[in-house]
Formats: sequence, structure tokens, C-alpha cells
Amino acid sequence: MTRDSHDVIVKTLARLLMPFMVVFALYVVMHGHHSPGGGFQGGVILAAGFVLLVISHGLEQTRKRMSEKVAEIISSIGVLIYGGIGVLCLILGGNYLDYGTLSKLLRVTPAEARSLGILGVEIGVALAVMAVMCTVFFAIFTAGESSQDDRSVK
Amino acid sequence: MKILSLMTVFLVGAALIYGTLDMPKWGDPQSPASTHVSPYYLNHSLEDTATPNVVTSVLADYRGYDTFGETVVIFTAGMACILLLKAGRKRRGNGHV
Repeated sequence: MTRDSHDVIVKTLARLLMPFMVVFALYVVMHGHHSPGGGFQGGVILAAGFVLLVISHGLEQTRKRMSEKVAEIISSIGVLIYGGIGVLCLILGGNYLDYGTLSKLLRVTPAEARSLGILGVEIGVALAVMAVMCTVFFAIFTAGESSQDDRSVK
Repeated sequence: MKILSLMTVFLVGAALIYGTLDMPKWGDPQSPASTHVSPYYLNHSLEDTATPNVVTSVLADYRGYDTFGETVVIFTAGMACILLLKAGRKRRGNGHV
């Protein structure tokens, strides 16, 4: 399962689906202000793209695009974006996560600053959820076998 | 001992169910949440946050601190997964060598 599968149909379909999944995930994150959606849903759809990639192209091919280490770092960055926006609001003289104070920095009305603050927070959530989903999937997928040891033996 | 545990579970469960009887009915328009908080969010969400989707503005703005906690919970779950599964793999590998 971890090796490259030789099924042409599965591989081609995955290659066709992947860009649409990514675009749809970005749409769900960005359009959360107007329609159902947001960081959690968009992040899960992004992670589903990587799961599809593992199933169709194998673990090694996927590791080139999203390794465990990168996923761990991105999940930390996502939480850091969320917390960082909150601290930025504190520095600008408001309460924690009071996006209205970001208007001084972005030069828009406080209501629009809140809208942009929500968007920034949603992006942080999407990154964290996507990376954690990938991390959990990789960890469970490789738990039974010790891939590093296998490679050294070969 | 098993009977004692079962009795405790049932007693606590009965107490919790008895506690829910005092709560307002599901979707009751006269409940405090429906008379104070919800109308404020519905009326002021657009002018406060310039976000047409009230769910998003409540989730990420009015209750932003709560959502931050949720994100940290997901992050912690991922880290726990790494620690449990990777630590187990390494120990098994050392055992074989």
C-alpha cells in the first residue's frame, strides 16, 4: 500500500481531481464570510487531497510534497497565526482577539478590520487542521511498519 | 465492585437527566439565550464585523477565544498522535536490533 500503485485509472483520476479539490478547499476557506464553510471545513478538504494522493501515488511520492516534518511545522504555524493575530490586537491596544484594533494597521473601518481579522484567523485554522489531519493520517498509516528501518535494510 | 460502579453510573446519569429538566426547551423563543444574545448577534453582526454569515462572525469574532481553544485542541491531538505512534515504533525497532 505504501508503494507506488500501477493502476493508471486511479492515478489519472487522482491527478484530475486534485486541483479541483485544492481550489474548492480554498473557496470554502475564503468564502466562509458569505456561505457555509470556514477554516475547519476547508482544512479537512485540503487534507483529503493529500489522503487521495497517498492512496493513488503511494507514500513516497506524497512525502516529496508533504513530509511529516513539514506537516508538523505547518500545524504549529497555523496555531501561531491564530494566537499571533490575538497578540497583535493586544499590542495595538485592544483586548485579545479584538480585531477592531487592527483597523489602525490596515487603514480600514473597524468593521472591515474585523472581517479581515476573521479571514486571517480562518486561514490559521485551515493550515492547522490540514497539517494535523495529514500528520495523524501519516502516523496511523506508517504505525504498523517501520519505514526508516526497511530503507536502511534495503 | 462491578455492581457498585454500575450503580454510580446510573445515579450520576439520573442526576444529570434530572438537571436537564430545568433547562429551557429546545428552540424555546422565551429562553434567555434567544431573548438576549441571539437577537444582538443577528441585529449587529453586519455592522460590527461586515460579515454577512452570522455563524462565521459568532464563531471567529464574538466567540473567537473559544475557537482558538478548539484549534489548540486539534493541534494537541495531532501532537499526541505523533508522540504515541512514533515513540512506539522507535521502541519496537530498538527491541529488534
